[in-house]
Amino acid sequence: MAREIKSAFDKTLIKTALLNSFKKLDPRALWRNPVMLTVEAGSVITTINFLINLITGRGDPAWFTGMVSLWLWLTVLFATFAESLAEGRGKARAESMQKTRTEIMAKKLKKPEPGAEFETVPSIRLRKDDYVLVEANDLIPSDGEVVAGAALVNEAAVTGESAPVVRESGGDRNAVTGGTLVIDGSIVIRITANPGETFLDRMIAMVEGAKRRKTPNEIALEVLLVTLTVVFLLVVLNLSPLSIYSMKAAGQGHPVTLTVLVALFVCLAPTTIAALLPAIGIAGMERLFHRNVIALSGRAIEAAGDVNVLLLDKTGTITLGNREAAAFIPAGNHDVTELAEAALMASLTDETPEGRSIVVLAKRKYDLRVKDLPEHAAAVHFSSETRMSGLDVDGHSYRKGAADTVMRHVRETGGTIPSDIEGSVTKVAKTGATPLVVTRDDEIMGVVSLKDVLKGGIQERFQKLRSMGIKTMMITGDNPLTAAVIAAEAQVDDFLAQAKPEDKLKLIREHQEQGYMVAMTGDGTNDAPALAQADVAVAMHTGTQPAREAANIIDLDSNPTKLLDIVETGKQILMTRGTLTTFSIANDVAKYFAIIPAALSSIYPQLEVLNVMRLSSPFTAILSAVIFL
Amino acid sequence: MLPADVLIDSAQILALLALITLLTKPLGGYMAKVYLGERTLLSPLLSPVERTIYRLAGIDEKAEMGWKQYAIAMLLFNMFGILLLYSILLLQGGLPFNPQKFPGFSWHLALNTAVSFVTNTNWQAYSGESAASYFTQAAGLAVQNFLSSATGMAVMIALIRGFSRRMAENIGNFWADLTRGALYILLPIALAAALLLVSQGVIQNFSPYLKTTLLQPIAGPGGRIIAEQTLPMGPVASQEAIKELGTNGGGFFNANSSHPYENPTPFTNAFEIFLILLIPAALTNTFGRMCKSQRDGWAIYATMMFLLVIAVGALYMAELGGNPLLALQGPNMEGKDVRFGLGGSALFSATTTATSCGAVNTMHDSLTPLGGMVPLLLMLLGEVVFGGVGSGLYTMLAFVVIAVFTAGLMIGRTPEYLGKKIEITEMWTSVITVFTAGILILILDSIALVTTAGTGSILNPGAHGLSEILYAFASPSNNNGSAFAGLNANTVFYNVLLSVAMLGGRFIPAVAVLWMAGSLVRKKYIPPSVGTLPTDGLFIAWLAAVILIVGALTFFPALSLGPIVEHMIMSGGY
Repeated sequence: MAREIKSAFDKTLIKTALLNSFKKLDPRALWRNPVMLTVEAGSVITTINFLINLITGRGDPAWFTGMVSLWLWLTVLFATFAESLAEGRGKARAESMQKTRTEIMAKKLKKPEPGAEFETVPSIRLRKDDYVLVEANDLIPSDGEVVAGAALVNEAAVTGESAPVVRESGGDRNAVTGGTLVIDGSIVIRITANPGETFLDRMIAMVEGAKRRKTPNEIALEVLLVTLTVVFLLVVLNLSPLSIYSMKAAGQGHPVTLTVLVALFVCLAPTTIAALLPAIGIAGMERLFHRNVIALSGRAIEAAGDVNVLLLDKTGTITLGNREAAAFIPAGNHDVTELAEAALMASLTDETPEGRSIVVLAKRKYDLRVKDLPEHAAAVHFSSETRMSGLDVDGHSYRKGAADTVMRHVRETGGTIPSDIEGSVTKVAKTGATPLVVTRDDEIMGVVSLKDVLKGGIQERFQKLRSMGIKTMMITGDNPLTAAVIAAEAQVDDFLAQAKPEDKLKLIREHQEQGYMVAMTGDGTNDAPALAQADVAVAMHTGTQPAREAANIIDLDSNPTKLLDIVETGKQILMTRGTLTTFSIANDVAKYFAIIPAALSSIYPQLEVLNVMRLSSPFTAILSAVIFL
Repeated sequence: MLPADVLIDSAQILALLALITLLTKPLGGYMAKVYLGERTLLSPLLSPVERTIYRLAGIDEKAEMGWKQYAIAMLLFNMFGILLLYSILLLQGGLPFNPQKFPGFSWHLALNTAVSFVTNTNWQAYSGESAASYFTQAAGLAVQNFLSSATGMAVMIALIRGFSRRMAENIGNFWADLTRGALYILLPIALAAALLLVSQGVIQNFSPYLKTTLLQPIAGPGGRIIAEQTLPMGPVASQEAIKELGTNGGGFFNANSSHPYENPTPFTNAFEIFLILLIPAALTNTFGRMCKSQRDGWAIYATMMFLLVIAVGALYMAELGGNPLLALQGPNMEGKDVRFGLGGSALFSATTTATSCGAVNTMHDSLTPLGGMVPLLLMLLGEVVFGGVGSGLYTMLAFVVIAVFTAGLMIGRTPEYLGKKIEITEMWTSVITVFTAGILILILDSIALVTTAGTGSILNPGAHGLSEILYAFASPSNNNGSAFAGLNANTVFYNVLLSVAMLGGRFIPAVAVLWMAGSLVRKKYIPPSVGTLPTDGLFIAWLAAVILIVGALTFFPALSLGPIVEHMIMSGGY
């Protein structure tokens, strides 16, 4: 959906924006942008002047006043157009979202049980803590949590991702979003949002820009701009008595005309930045939206530019989600091929990425053929009691699991433990990999080393962050040894090992007390407190409802490295503001040199010396300054 | 003038500025100790006095104030000062130490003078030796010279606490800051300086004016032969020292520091310049120390010194060029004293307007058009090139906030200075502090230019008259107090209008600064990181550029119709 709108220069968009830019000329709409309001007032004054000049033929030449007033009107229109265009793009997107929201009929349950009676009500009448039944091919009526059942849900309406996802009760995948479609299965949902507060509602409001509140930084800049405008207004008002006095003193010339005063004022007032200020804010959100990130407040994006500590989950952010088998280390008198074969057998029915990577390694490195599974082969799946998985086949039982569990198992069943196995396990752990011990019956065959795989280019990204003054910190549940190795490899600045959710919260508080701005990503319910505490909190869209509510930025792609993009966008917004302000003000100095000699040369021809740009006539000088504003 | 003279002048200027630089650190450190309430060299002597003052006034010096309370205390104290001085001036005729039997001031002159001395402006629409009694001078004006400088420093120190304290509520105790500033800093230095001035020939007495017979009688107006001269007397030295030290500038005599009883020798001239710069320069170090970042103090010092050196250079060059329309070519010596020479005069003029002192040893009205534009511009920039005692630095810090804000945005961070985030309140208070004087000048000189009461006082016609009016509003609005002359300022119109300028120019920024302190003091400290905007090095150039651009943007039209066009008329031979 985010990809539907290809370019800012869509024809219909421009049309609507043009129309709206005229509507926004209404002073009641323009008062939010005081600088432009003064320009509009100037436009009105010069237009009246133009008519007077035209009719009476006195004062400045009518063509001159007319041109000045034309350019002033164009300036105001440019500002309203920039804002309308930025808003229009958001609106277009919001409209496409709104379609998904209309008129869903919900099956409201009397009791939170799948078999309970229900009545059909429109979704807008659902309140928090109502329970609804959603079956295959139903749209989910509102945001909620699955309390019973499991379903395959197509969330393309929100994420733009067409592959369906599983939503089920319990665990971290129980959050559902209103407007998404259940493809298969049937679930009972507890509604968690009142009408108007749902994720979709908030998203629509944000992209429409309707609820866009000015950030403190934006207001501070506006204070500066408005003050400058007031000062320039006084400068221009002061020029009139100055020129009247000088005219008497010099005994020649005429005072500066009203049109020239207005032209000078509009040239000086920081119109460029004032015109673009609202658009810059909206454009920042736009830019994030293009990367499938929804910022729930403009403040969050700006804060992202200030972040100096990034807390990153190891898994999924720094490393690929899955570990890969990297090496086989045989134990006792077994050779490596024997181990590889045992590991392959133990992993044949293991569909986890780790299991599959063992199969791949065994095939690739030791050229082992996968025999067809004998019919009497019995897969042993991982369970929380045995904490091992494997396969029973041809009278052998192959198992693999964490080192301590497997060894305890072997000891209990009366097997022997090779003397070198402890050493191998420690060695593997020291390199930051996870050791898995493989057994055949009660014999220990050796160790499989599972390594974390770093995401491509992650070191360069951290390098860049460091040069921006941002400290990166890896959070992991791994032991400190493993964590240290990965931290060194990924070149993060610091890490927190064996982290529990409350440790994250503590870490954020500690950093904030020292004055740092902390950003983090999270998806689980247990991340919610830390997300609520962080200055910039990015929740994965796949995350739980509490996590999404605690965050101020939602990543629809659920890609944790996005945080880096968000930081960059935050910085870009501030830089654009700063550069335009500086340009706008420094530019004024040049305009003085164009207008002052022109406006006052009838009184003091000597001031021509200041006409460094050698503009030929006073009128062209003033016009060129106005056009250039 | 010979190249050798230029060389000697340059050497004198550089030596004096070098001496100020040398003393910035030790005096800055001493002042930091005073305001932190730590023991100093003078504590054994002065802390019993300090404690007695607190006991007599019923002050608990340890009770801290929030910014509003601090501001109210500051305003009340100063309003009381205005009332007291106003009464003294009105009732002068009946008060003691009045050997010349001067009558009381008119209400508008008394108002103007009272406001002028309490606001550290020392604009003088009267002439000291023919209007003010010794009681008025010593018990009225000189007292306010001390108190107004101490007030300026107190506000400055409160702002420093805003930067240095973290997540606090209070910004210090106004009464303690006021007392310590006057007692430990102003009084000892002024005492030593007064003694040194007396040793050089500055007078200090309470005798009636002396009548002496002229060695050679001269012909006066109407052919009358004048054989006698009246020499005004008075307690000059004691007032002279604080006049410079506290950047007050109100002369005992009308001729101010060009009068031989105020400034007799080239040495006292250099010494007075030294006194003017001493505290404003050292305060930058006090600021740096108390904020635990002396680098930032030096960065501000460097910006100020950079602008001062440019100003002195420009003024000196303009005067050296002289007036091409005169048959006798050479440097412009009109309105200057040969005792001080071109160097001593140019440095004094630049220093007295760069700081908000306003004492003069040169008639600024007689400077060349561009030479005269330098003092004018130094005031129009907002008195931040060292500026007034305390007020110069706090106005400069408001400029720093604006400079940091724009530069900070450009490197992609929401701006911060000394670890404090710059947000809406900081921006409001900074623009109020920076632009108040400019807005006052623009509004008030418009009024003066369109009313007959305003233009009626202009004595010189043409572009020079415009410069005179501009100067007359620039000086009080920025609390400088020096005069360009050529304008009859003792009228109801000017006395009242300029009182408004002085009050607004002093107290609106002061309250804004305290408000900023109150906002900053609540903020947490953000430690610097690689991404933080460095506020030294290149930032110094940025800060200077911001100051110059803001000044130029506000006053370019007025300056081009005043001194600039005057210069062009002069150099074009019109």
